[in-house]
Amino acid sequence: MRESEHWVGRAIRRKEDAALVAGQGCYTADLPAPRHVRFVRSPVAAGRIAAITASPGAQMFTAADLAGVAPLRPLIEKFGYVPITQKILADGVVRYCGEPIAAMVAATEAEAEDWAEQVTIEIDSTTPVTDALAALDPAAPIVRADAPGNLVLDTRFASATAAAEPALRLRSTIRSRRQNASPIEPRAAHAAFDRASGRVTLTCTTQTPHLMRTAIADLIGMPESELRVIAPDVGDGFGQKMSLAPEFVVLVWLARRLRTTLAWTEDRRENLMASFHSRDMSVTLEGGFAPDGRLLSIEADVIANVGAYAPYPNTAAVEPLMSLAELPGPYDFAAYACRARGVVTNTCASAPYRGVARPAITLAMERLMDKAAAALGLDPADIRRRNLVAAFPHTSPTGLVYDEGSYRETMEMALAAAAVPAFRARQAALRRENRYLGLGIAAFCERTGYGTPAFAARGMAVTPGWETVALSIDPSGFVEARIGASPHGQGLATTLAQIVADALGVTPDKVRVIHGDTDRTPYGFGTFASRSLVLSGGALTFAGRALRAKLGAIAAGLLEADAADIEIRDNVARIAGTDRTLPVAALARASYHQAHRFPALSPGLSETATYDPAGTFSNACHVAVVEVDVETYAVRIERFIVAEDAGRLINPMIAEGQIRGGVAQGIANALFEEIVYDGDTGDILTTTLADYLLPTCREIPPIEIHHLETISDATVTGAKGLGEGGTIGAPAAILNAINDALAPFGAVLDEIPATPLRIHAALALARS
Amino acid sequence: MQLTVNGARYDIDVEPRRTLADALRLECGLTGTHVGCEHGVCGACTVIMDGEPIRACLIFAIQADGAAIRTVEGLGGSALQEAFMAHHGLQCGFCTPGFLMLATAVLERDPVASDETIIEALSSNLCRCTGYAGIIAAVMAVRDQGIR
Repeated sequence: MRESEHWVGRAIRRKEDAALVAGQGCYTADLPAPRHVRFVRSPVAAGRIAAITASPGAQMFTAADLAGVAPLRPLIEKFGYVPITQKILADGVVRYCGEPIAAMVAATEAEAEDWAEQVTIEIDSTTPVTDALAALDPAAPIVRADAPGNLVLDTRFASATAAAEPALRLRSTIRSRRQNASPIEPRAAHAAFDRASGRVTLTCTTQTPHLMRTAIADLIGMPESELRVIAPDVGDGFGQKMSLAPEFVVLVWLARRLRTTLAWTEDRRENLMASFHSRDMSVTLEGGFAPDGRLLSIEADVIANVGAYAPYPNTAAVEPLMSLAELPGPYDFAAYACRARGVVTNTCASAPYRGVARPAITLAMERLMDKAAAALGLDPADIRRRNLVAAFPHTSPTGLVYDEGSYRETMEMALAAAAVPAFRARQAALRRENRYLGLGIAAFCERTGYGTPAFAARGMAVTPGWETVALSIDPSGFVEARIGASPHGQGLATTLAQIVADALGVTPDKVRVIHGDTDRTPYGFGTFASRSLVLSGGALTFAGRALRAKLGAIAAGLLEADAADIEIRDNVARIAGTDRTLPVAALARASYHQAHRFPALSPGLSETATYDPAGTFSNACHVAVVEVDVETYAVRIERFIVAEDAGRLINPMIAEGQIRGGVAQGIANALFEEIVYDGDTGDILTTTLADYLLPTCREIPPIEIHHLETISDATVTGAKGLGEGGTIGAPAAILNAINDALAPFGAVLDEIPATPLRIHAALALARS
Repeated sequence: MQLTVNGARYDIDVEPRRTLADALRLECGLTGTHVGCEHGVCGACTVIMDGEPIRACLIFAIQADGAAIRTVEGLGGSALQEAFMAHHGLQCGFCTPGFLMLATAVLERDPVASDETIIEALSSNLCRCTGYAGIIAAVMAVRDQGIR
């Protein structure tokens, strides 16, 4: 007998919230420590370190002290990737403004900062290069000798299919400017040395505790069992906190060396300069179209500015390779060729940030679609109708398999909500009043919840993917789910409790999800790539089924019934159709303390399970309606519509929260956020939040969300991931809307953020 | 010097350059107030000082000598906290104490504040997770309750 779903699908309140709203969360910087660390950072973008001098009395550590620590060298063994290395503290050479050179240790943060300010560093500056195209020039300065031609990647893909001769060949280049994920909680680490065991407990702002543990132990050359990594409450991450911070390695090394406990917190300036950047890309597409608008072929040239170093574990190839693999997006065509380059420059390393490559490739494809529509005299919706994948499973030109989705349906849903004909009438009327409104569409699919088979295609030395869970019920009937994923705001303690509750027949308040502690949880890869609900949820479904069977057998034994007649719901087991019941707590107690009564069963209630699927694709369509003020060049977003399909929504409230947060970041990517370097000196110019503009509630309009649920076999829970979708479609929808608004002027803008200055420039160019 | 926080007195010994945010977190052990930028933009450090919402990272502790400070730890199960939970006004929770104190001050000053006043006030603080909809909904719900 199978209980119907009772908790999955409900917008129940989050278990995480009560502590957080009371200010009782525990974030890394909340932990006290007798010693604090402050890093001295390079004031210049490139040069040779001639001398580092501290004031007398300072406790300073430099690369010379860390000589026994291996350099970071994340690896991909395919595609000709050049594995550039990074010394944990700069050793002889600095390659970007903000690179850590020395660590100062003192009793308080303020004191450590004082000592750091007194350090003098003599650097013989060399000429930096911060722009990718400039770095590709043969006359450009060499950023690092181990990356010839300033390239870590120059790889090509070509599908077997040759393109039919197109009626229209259209070339389009987009430029996506550099972003910083900017979690509100800056990165922090707290390394505690335990004198009794010699172990170090590293509490830190990470999305991937086990990977951090393995990496740091490897680099320091210590047994992994001597390191415990804890991700406490983490104040969001968006990918920035999945990459290993060299500073974390220094903290653990110092804890062991000094046999004490130390803490480090970066400030906002350090985060803007020296955490991880992303999205600094140019994507050029040459599309071949038939006269009716069918897309026949795409030739792509992707250039990613990857910075001076490579993030662990994803490597510096992550953005260009993911672009190459996923650029075809939701469109049905076979002839695809792509060149993808990763270019090193004297800037902060690029690493995954929510959406990773897909915001830029979606921007490229969606701008191309609009331009093709205009060239062929087609409606932008029609050209997409002609090309969106409609039959599943569908294999993309790069071999990705799209499971059941609703690519066309979400577009129709979003367009219906936008009431396009009425909009067009209004747009025309307002143009006569010198007001310029525009509508922009972005259709996309989002690869989520993928396991080892998918990651293996990338050839990373660290191939993540699978997730293991340990599910147990204690003698009191309370359930504990220990997971290798590591949530930092996604509400997994709630949504996974809903899944477990339904699997076992208990209530979510009886389920505690344990995460973020490598001493307590099974090895896992953490939370990123819109994977955790799918993978941990799937594994918990398997473990839940096994435990449910055991509970049924115990109930059958105790109630003298057939296991098939046992229903378990709301923490109570019942012989179906009768009043004969036992609480789950009684079943649990018997399992542990009366095990002799169940000789066919192992004692206790504990199951582990692993889920490692090929992956699944969610899909969505974003439609933006904007007004561009042609005197101030400001953009006002009048409406933002999302129609999404992520399969079964485990908790609709949490799902919508993910969409809203992602769209907000996508809007900011489209209009406001940009990390800027000085082209001559290589100095980073955006070092405060007055320069790097994060959106306030004023900049984010109400977002209208519509849902479809396509259930596919590719995911055991029926749920697909959706955490990144908001960032993927929003920039394209907004940029297309801006271009639609400016169409009467013949102005074209293919760069984000679409700042007033850039809009002004596009209009000026069109007038000339 | 003395800090009076949530009605309790803390006798602390700090350098003149110690910010109120750091004094609350370190000397008073009240880590609910968070530090996000240290230059007055993100508002994660917002507390209430003599009835006004202020950025604790921009005030020296000594400037709060003699003032009544309220932090998130002193809210004690307020309607706003309840509303944040009901309306999904938080995800990672890092900006939440700042928003709670900001909204508390706004609604105490004007319990029937208009939508525009609320949105204008809430634009003082940054959230990176929620896209703001849940936060705005929560504050307006409490305002609506106050009207009834």
